[in-house]
Amino acid sequence: MNFVIPSFTPAIPEIVLLTLTSLLLVADTIWSKRYEFATYYATQVILLIVGALIVTSFTTETVMTFDGSFVRDAFSDVLKLAIVVISLGMFLFSKEYLLQAKFYRGEYFTLGLFSILGMFVMVSAHNLITLYLGLEIMSLAIYTLVAMRKDHSAALEAALKYFVLGALATGMLLYGFSMLYGATGSIAFDDMAAVIATGQVDHVVLSFAVVFVVIGLAFKLGAVPFHMWVPDVYHGAPTAVTLFIGTAPKIAAFAIFYRLLAEALPGAVADWQPLLVILSVLSLIVGALVAIVQNNLKRLLAYSGIGHIGFLLLGLIAANPDGYASAMVYTLVYAFMALAAFGMITVLARTGHEFDRVDDFKGMNQRNPWLALMMLFVMFSMAGIPPFIGFYAKVVVIEEVVQAGFVWLAVLAVISAVISAFYYLRVVKVMYFDAPEDASKAEPVARHLTWAISVVAAALLVFGIFPSWVIDLGYHSL
Amino acid sequence: MIALSDYLIFGAILFMISMAGIFLNRKNVIVLLMSIELLLLAVNTNLIAFSHYLGDVTGQIFVFFILTVAAAEAAVGLAIIVLVFRNRKSINVDDLGTIKG
Repeated sequence: MNFVIPSFTPAIPEIVLLTLTSLLLVADTIWSKRYEFATYYATQVILLIVGALIVTSFTTETVMTFDGSFVRDAFSDVLKLAIVVISLGMFLFSKEYLLQAKFYRGEYFTLGLFSILGMFVMVSAHNLITLYLGLEIMSLAIYTLVAMRKDHSAALEAALKYFVLGALATGMLLYGFSMLYGATGSIAFDDMAAVIATGQVDHVVLSFAVVFVVIGLAFKLGAVPFHMWVPDVYHGAPTAVTLFIGTAPKIAAFAIFYRLLAEALPGAVADWQPLLVILSVLSLIVGALVAIVQNNLKRLLAYSGIGHIGFLLLGLIAANPDGYASAMVYTLVYAFMALAAFGMITVLARTGHEFDRVDDFKGMNQRNPWLALMMLFVMFSMAGIPPFIGFYAKVVVIEEVVQAGFVWLAVLAVISAVISAFYYLRVVKVMYFDAPEDASKAEPVARHLTWAISVVAAALLVFGIFPSWVIDLGYHSL
Repeated sequence: MIALSDYLIFGAILFMISMAGIFLNRKNVIVLLMSIELLLLAVNTNLIAFSHYLGDVTGQIFVFFILTVAAAEAAVGLAIIVLVFRNRKSINVDDLGTIKG
């Protein structure tokens, strides 16, 4: 029996992130009394270090380590970088909100970092155990984040709902995993794909497994009919946490979708493709119609997010490398748009005033014309109006799904995009053509936050003018 | 000799009991937590049965991971339930419908 020491090099970003976060957890208890914002700055520095480590060791080869349970390739590097960039923005927007909402605590940042570690593990997972552990590292940290505002009854209710449905989803996923293991006799993705390709797998067991796995993933991603937690959790959670839930975890959820369906189960495409079609159709319809009647902007964005998930699934339905690449582009673009939209609510919120109703945005153009313009950018991009990047993201997924032969699905997607433009434009209309609800002067937004939100929103326009930057990124990394 | 299918049926029954517990229960949140634990036990039964009949130890290792994470998950879940109880003096499922839109 010989024991081979695995190569740690491919996992250096994760190892560094884990080490520094654990140190920060201890350091926070020591320095939080004396230096109020030390933990916040340390968090941003840690993210910058991890980002730099990924950039400097960027690889286009597929490297596997830890006995094939961990993989590093261009796909994982690009997604991890996106997670780091989005998290930097997320923490930047959150700090002021946490102070205003009076629950600024160091744990917010350490829990956030742990959940980012979980996302990294998910993105790089190459067998079922790694994937499960990554998912749980991420989820447990996020459940705690939602419940952090201990005196806020809605946040606690959201936390409990999220916990119960999240645990249920994990259970479904695991039940599917156990069936997969039974059918293929392996938990490594490439071995599973190889065994399925030989055709010696009990097809009934495999179909069972695929159904449970897809249900579990759909729960995590928030696709209809497994979406019931999304609006309640987005609505109940403190906005800074909603900002977190609505952005980076979507990227990680897409990554496990890709790893499981495209890498481990390409041989069962006939089983999972129809399921994804159902999920996508329902998500597109519910996302377009139910959001119309919402008056709370966080809830509206939750339903709009469900609609976006429907679009994302279109790329996966195409079930070829180009389709996956288009879904990846869509995921990245959506995560950035969500960062801008929830970031906007987060920076506008004040003590005792969440600024999360559509009516709060009435007359925004008179109170803060620059931020109103930025919000217009975000809403146009989400609605898919050219020249914003949201338009090109929709174009690539629709193109792929048409080429895969689902023309009716593309037609449905376009119709749902047109319907959903109504509620995005309603926000714009309220900002520009309605009078403010109260005449009191709006409180100013800190200058660095105005800059930050402007950079994110303007990026949607810049990338929209040069869409090939983002699209090539997706198509080259797969 | 107990056949593989017997274990799988047992796992499926556990799975269905836990589903019923989650969706039919209208009284107590603790029951939800118990149902979730039962769901994970159903998975563990499946994994161990497959592991034994395939003659492969991986499934049993997977079970260790699931058991460990389930403990952590229960800790987080109970902590959230304690917070909810302190806040509302009740952990009835029916009282948990205040977020609407």
